[in-house]
Amino acid sequence: MGTKPFLAVIAVLAVVGLLAFGLSKKGASGAEVGSAAPAGSLPRLDGSGEGSLAEQRGKWVLVNFWASWCPPCRQESPALQAFQDRHGSSRFTVLGIDTRDLSGDGRSFVREFRLTYPQLRDGDGGAASDYGTTGVPESFLVDPGGRLRLLRRGPVTDAYLKQFVAPLISAGGARR
Amino acid sequence: MRRAAILVAILLGLLASPVTADASSRASLPDIEDEVMCPICGTLLELSTSPQAEREKAFIRRLIVAGRSKQQIEDALVAEYGKEVLAVPGDSGFDLSAYLVPILAFLIGVVALALGVLRWRRRGEGGEPAEAPHGEDAARLESDLARYDL
Repeated sequence: MGTKPFLAVIAVLAVVGLLAFGLSKKGASGAEVGSAAPAGSLPRLDGSGEGSLAEQRGKWVLVNFWASWCPPCRQESPALQAFQDRHGSSRFTVLGIDTRDLSGDGRSFVREFRLTYPQLRDGDGGAASDYGTTGVPESFLVDPGGRLRLLRRGPVTDAYLKQFVAPLISAGGARR
Repeated sequence: MRRAAILVAILLGLLASPVTADASSRASLPDIEDEVMCPICGTLLELSTSPQAEREKAFIRRLIVAGRSKQQIEDALVAEYGKEVLAVPGDSGFDLSAYLVPILAFLIGVVALALGVLRWRRRGEGGEPAEAPHGEDAARLESDLARYDL
């Protein structure tokens, strides 16, 4: 092989390598219904160490990505807290993940809406990327075995939680 | 009189310099927002007016009022949003390629240019003079040249 074709091959390989690297950095398309939910640990929003979805294994968990600057998140928070008040137990909890937000603003938000369910902090949006979120708010229902059973892009409402989430956690069954 | 004026000017200059230095090291929003990102928008903070960007700008303003330096504010932003909040690539890992690739490209260009010049010069030295045209070609050349005689 001559020098020119060799250099051309090297250049093409370099471009392909860079594209592949870029795609791998962006990650996969995220968690899908039926797949294992990402369970990496994150700092707690109140600053008291770290927490993770894995800690909640054995429970149904409604993982809710939110941010204090997001108006729909403000809109859905009362519904989430009400659902937690009704169904929070050793079998179910909402798990809030404050993403790409200032921690002080996040804590103020929790106080303002009197949210009592556990809250984690995802400052750089890494966990949101792992779940494949497209924005906030988004919610993912994870079964006691750690599998994703339901996902909701956009705010949840009382009606949605009653119609789709409550039957699953009550029956302990599986459906999309 | 002139000496006194110069002396006064020097004294004023000495008194003013610490103030000037202090002012220049003070952080400002325009100086920072063109070096950090709005993480949600994926653009420079100065270009964004999204709710998240407005919160980030308010955070920076609060730290400026609290007397933090530019570096301290950037560190605080990294603590909140991670390294991706910085618009300038880091100096380690893959980010380093942002600095190395242009240098490598420049060096490759210089080497390619030098090789090209060398090859061109060799051709100029080693090349044989062109043969003079014969017969019909010579006649046509003569007639063409004659047409351009003034």
